[in-house]
Amino acid sequence: MDVFLNNIRKTYNKGSIIAVDDVSFGVERGELFGLIGPDGAGKTSIFRMLTTLLLPDSGNGSVTGFDIVKDYKKIRNTVGYMPGKFSLYQDLSVEENLTFFATIFNTTVKANYDLIKDIYIQIEPFKNRRAGNLSGGMKQKLALCCALIHRPTVLFLDEPTTGVDTVSRKEFWEMLKRLKQEGITILVSTPYMDEATLCERIALMQNGKILSVDTPNNITGQYQSALYAIKATDMSGLLKELRNNELIKSCYSFGEYHHISLKGENADNHSKLIASLERNGHSEIECKKIDATIEDCFINLMENKTTS
Amino acid sequence: MSILNNKEVVIKTEKLTKRFGDFVATNEITFEVQAGEIFGFLGANGAGKTTAMRMLCGLSKPSSGKATIAGFDIYKQTESIKKNIGYMSQKFSLYEDLNILENIRFFGGIYGLSNQQLKQKSDTLIEELGLQHETKKLVGSLPLGWKQKLAFSVAIIHDPKIVFLDEPTGGVDPITRRQFWDLIYEAADSGITVFVTTHYMDEAEYCNRISMMVDGVIKALDTPTNFKQQYSAKSMDEVFFELARGAQRNE
Repeated sequence: MDVFLNNIRKTYNKGSIIAVDDVSFGVERGELFGLIGPDGAGKTSIFRMLTTLLLPDSGNGSVTGFDIVKDYKKIRNTVGYMPGKFSLYQDLSVEENLTFFATIFNTTVKANYDLIKDIYIQIEPFKNRRAGNLSGGMKQKLALCCALIHRPTVLFLDEPTTGVDTVSRKEFWEMLKRLKQEGITILVSTPYMDEATLCERIALMQNGKILSVDTPNNITGQYQSALYAIKATDMSGLLKELRNNELIKSCYSFGEYHHISLKGENADNHSKLIASLERNGHSEIECKKIDATIEDCFINLMENKTTS
Repeated sequence: MSILNNKEVVIKTEKLTKRFGDFVATNEITFEVQAGEIFGFLGANGAGKTTAMRMLCGLSKPSSGKATIAGFDIYKQTESIKKNIGYMSQKFSLYEDLNILENIRFFGGIYGLSNQQLKQKSDTLIEELGLQHETKKLVGSLPLGWKQKLAFSVAIIHDPKIVFLDEPTGGVDPITRRQFWDLIYEAADSGITVFVTTHYMDEAEYCNRISMMVDGVIKALDTPTNFKQQYSAKSMDEVFFELARGAQRNE
């Protein structure tokens, strides 16, 4: 186990804000593990405790066998960390930043160039430009290079794709796949639920708590009720009506469809619902059974938590 | 396309352009948005969306081209434009160290509401959001989802013709994100035009029409349904990928 947390708790403001609430999970060597959740879920606090920048209030944890409190010096020498906020030296050039990070880890750019080559060649044309003057996408690539230049055993990436467009997000995940093949353990966080399926295992998080830890397939496979995607001509009217329909357990918009789950297992309920919608004037109704997405599961877990 | 028939045009641009030195951030964009429409303004990072939006809000003077916003000229009547639009972004919305009521009164005052209007508007707004017992709470202490709903309500407190939303749902949980869109629909139903940017492609589907900006130009503009048909795509995500992957610029 390369990363291990056991009943970790972290509070701020003299205990009035609980950022991380009794969190335990482990990441295997070479695994690509995702922390998935909205702002305020506790993702960044977990990263900062694992990279020894914050002390937990209670609980314990380790990174490649080193204790996150006692062995902080050893952890700092071995891990790579890319914070959510761009944290390189803005007034050093691309090349200077990279050399600086290689040097403080007692290595050289040359010694580990093979690891960053694919990423670095994309920003190399700008190697004399100051980091502060780079575009968002290039900053992100430079930050990743600097986090990798000492060949870390574990790589921590805090929301690397937030605010980034679809195309760049896809590219970034391709880079992560290649790094995984180099045997680096990767812990990555994201608020985008659709990125969850690109990880081997994920922890779904909300308000400092873990809702579920498993492979994306197991999480979606455990979705309890039958789920349908439904659309009709008047989508906004349909949504209002579905919310007030007694056959419906839950109903949320998902792009061009609404996803609905029905109360009870009664197979008649489906045709009853369609009939009642038609009676109320909805036309071109299309309703099909679907597999749950991670976002369906996240919503479901949130709902269960508020009702229980 | 029923929405586009005999409705008032509230945003009209013609070859609107913004240059910074020899860099053309926004390159001759021409489009129209009609009253009550939810218009999705999408594009890759660095495509020129922010620059275009700043011009439309009367904050940045175009280099060339024409535009009217809510009937006002983008060169000469920027103050009237500002009075007739609302603006909200994920990055800047409310003052964290003022309480809820103070924020409402502050922004209402900025938007020029009278004391009587302010009183009446803040009462309705607080009731609609169910915040009756929280009015004295500092905005900084509220959960992100509440902050964003409040910020949106404040952005339309003066019944603007158009509200500009710059990535309004970034970072919120999936349920709150959908509740936020309920607010957007309500605003649109009441006749307010919604001009919105987002990185969530499912949200693109909720727009009546979408424009796709790539390298400073509007590369395509259509309804989500037509986009998907044209690109034989299952989702807007695929459409976006097709349109933006050839982009040369990256912020």
